[in-house]
Amino acid sequence: MRNKISAFAVGVLFAIGLGISGMTRPEKVFGFLDVFGSWDASLIFVMLGAVIVHFIAFRFIARRKSPLFSLQWHLPTKKEITAPLIAGSFIFGVGWALAGYCPGPALVSLASFQIRPIIFFVSMILGMFLFRLLDRRFRIQR
Amino acid sequence: MENYYLPLIGGLLIGTAVSLMLYLTGRVAGVSGIIYGAAANPKKGDTAWRWYFISGMFVGGLILMVLKPESFSGGLPTQDWTLIVAGLLVGFGTVLGSGCTSGHGVCGTSRLSIRSMLATLTFILAGVLAVFLFRKLGVFL
Repeated sequence: MRNKISAFAVGVLFAIGLGISGMTRPEKVFGFLDVFGSWDASLIFVMLGAVIVHFIAFRFIARRKSPLFSLQWHLPTKKEITAPLIAGSFIFGVGWALAGYCPGPALVSLASFQIRPIIFFVSMILGMFLFRLLDRRFRIQR
Repeated sequence: MENYYLPLIGGLLIGTAVSLMLYLTGRVAGVSGIIYGAAANPKKGDTAWRWYFISGMFVGGLILMVLKPESFSGGLPTQDWTLIVAGLLVGFGTVLGSGCTSGHGVCGTSRLSIRSMLATLTFILAGVLAVFLFRKLGVFL
């Protein structure tokens, strides 16, 4: 139960961070990607801030034998650079540019009850189901 | 200057959140993967924590609605069909690519994972290229 409450609390903090950072405003994201137009570089600081904290914290956390509320770590172990990794990231980037939402901010924006993030989010879930269908058939090695 | 310190503060909060996630639960706070494993591809015994995280993010959104409603601008001025296409691309692409801005961009990059750094570079470059092309094609109103 403690790890579920933790996940909930982390979700709340994560969402507030996204809101304060400007990531839940698609026009900010668009401005960030608009390098050849009127570039708004401010969102670089979101990633910078997040990576600095997590880079340092990770060094300390990784020294522990296990997480506080779980028996073992659940970290990705895959190392190979695969075609799906690059192709999927490329497809994601195109969609991100088209709507200005990535998954986290889209989820947080559901709470605004505005129609556009809701349409985006539902389509995103459909896109995930589409992947699952293809994966069942072709066993994609990600 | 306000232009830069809010993104930085937001980023520091996000970094704190993903660090707490790792410290407390041992997991990567990658939103696309968490949603996929909760909604589209649930595995027995591995869904509850995901729904707690998702609910937390929604509640965080509600808190923002009360304290800082201008956090939500409602979307870009594009035709409605572009939202559907964008959603399909983001849902499909993030699962195929094993992560999004949070999992690859923040968590993986901080762990110096080569896979995540390459993925992050790829989706940012693809986004920059796409904005350039979409503007030429007149997708944005």
